Amino acid sequence: MSRALKTTIVILAVLVVFGLITLPSLRRAIQRISGSSRPEEQARREVMQIPISTPTDVKVTAQMYWLSAASPASLEATPIELPLSADPVERSKQLLLALIDNAPAPERRTLPPDTTLLAFYIQPDGTAIADFSDALQQETPSGILSEQMAVDSIAQTLGANVNAIRQLKILIHGQEAETLAGHLDLSGLFPVPSAAQAATPVSQAPTTPTTTGAGQTKPAGPAPAPPTPAKKAPN
Amino acid sequence: MIVCRRSISTLLALIVASALALRAAPQSEPAPSGAVPAQTSQQPAQQAMQQIAAPRNALAVVVLDPAHGGADQGARGSSGIVESDVVLSFARLLRISLEAQGLRVILTRQANEGPSFDDRSKIANAQRGVIFITLHVSSTGPAGTVRVYSLPQPAAPAVTPASNPAHPGLVLWDHAQQGFLDLSRKLAELVQIQMAQRFRSSPETPLAAAVRQLRTVAAPAVAIEVSSVSLPDRAPLDQMAPVLADGVARAVAAFRLVYEAGVK
Ligand SMILES: [Zn+2]
Repeated sequence: MSRALKTTIVILAVLVVFGLITLPSLRRAIQRISGSSRPEEQARREVMQIPISTPTDVKVTAQMYWLSAASPASLEATPIELPLSADPVERSKQLLLALIDNAPAPERRTLPPDTTLLAFYIQPDGTAIADFSDALQQETPSGILSEQMAVDSIAQTLGANVNAIRQLKILIHGQEAETLAGHLDLSGLFPVPSAAQAATPVSQAPTTPTTTGAGQTKPAGPAPAPPTPAKKAPN
Repeated sequence: MIVCRRSISTLLALIVASALALRAAPQSEPAPSGAVPAQTSQQPAQQAMQQIAAPRNALAVVVLDPAHGGADQGARGSSGIVESDVVLSFARLLRISLEAQGLRVILTRQANEGPSFDDRSKIANAQRGVIFITLHVSSTGPAGTVRVYSLPQPAAPAVTPASNPAHPGLVLWDHAQQGFLDLSRKLAELVQIQMAQRFRSSPETPLAAAVRQLRTVAAPAVAIEVSSVSLPDRAPLDQMAPVLADGVARAVAAFRLVYEAGVK
């Protein structure tokens, strides 16, 4: 064995030992420099905020559930024209983006304007998983009523316009959260009323009693929301 | 040549070791968002279960929960109204009305402490003949209205198993409320009727919502939410407090008959 080869092997061995010692801290430093998960969320956010269009998009009348103008403690089905995909996942993303961005008036919003949908899946059993940015948790007004309106608007809008979804799981930044904003339990699944159930309120849904439960998938004959007993203007 | 082979095998061993060290390095990436976490994943195994006695006593104890507290102020209005303060004063007044009926009242916090959801549930779950009432002031909703909530019936019982098949006498802590849904609904109805009579535009019937605090209470349990912290000042809320206390106390008296009739 030549002297030069031995020297090379020794140098390489020293380098490997050095690498072993420094790599974990180097890794942490790289993560610090890259700002860990924030830019990742930012990047996903930028991707998801771009209006989604697919080859199967058809302009239809979608039923969107925002706060009722006349009765702000309840939701009201509001028809809007929206290009929607035939693919249930893309269709759901399009609907949720519109739910966040297209509220007819600020006081009818159910979700904070800074909220972004980071990911959306539908499992074969009909469980939809919607992963939202931290803004949903941090900026939804704290309270049973406001938090329930937020979840309800998502569940009702999906139920009225997408056939494949039976129940909904909400994640915050990829993680299960204990509550939405201090009250509403996010550990479980929220029932999503199907289009077939749309004509009748879903009495067992945790999210329905203060809402209409009257989602419609067809543009024709959207049932106006029956107001809840609460009638006075807020505040 | 032997030296050379040894050096090479040492080098290989070091490379493998470095690869292992890299894998063991702490991961800061968020968990993949595609998977639904198991419902009980956050609970340590020993905390997941607790023996819960069936209600066999007369109704004797009310656990009143002024929600939030500590670092968690709850809802905050632009005029400076803080939910955690308001609900504490509500609870103190309600305590007096309930004690006047001969009931023992336990508050989950006396001042600005911030017990966890489970700590508050534990206080109720350690009692027999008990009901649990959590008090809230919302951010939104028509001013001066009061809504009463109980947990909804589960859509699919398989998703939320109440009992542990391995230990039939034990109830899963995470689903402790499951055996009390009907009684909780009854209590909510009685309280909501009183609220509708006293506070105009309040709903006539109670609502169902997945309120986190209620899930781990092994007793009839309701949440009462008053609107709202968005008022320009706190005076209207303070004026509501004695009226609310009287109404809730009357509802609890009515519920006592229902509870004791069904509990022999
Ligand atoms: Zn609260």
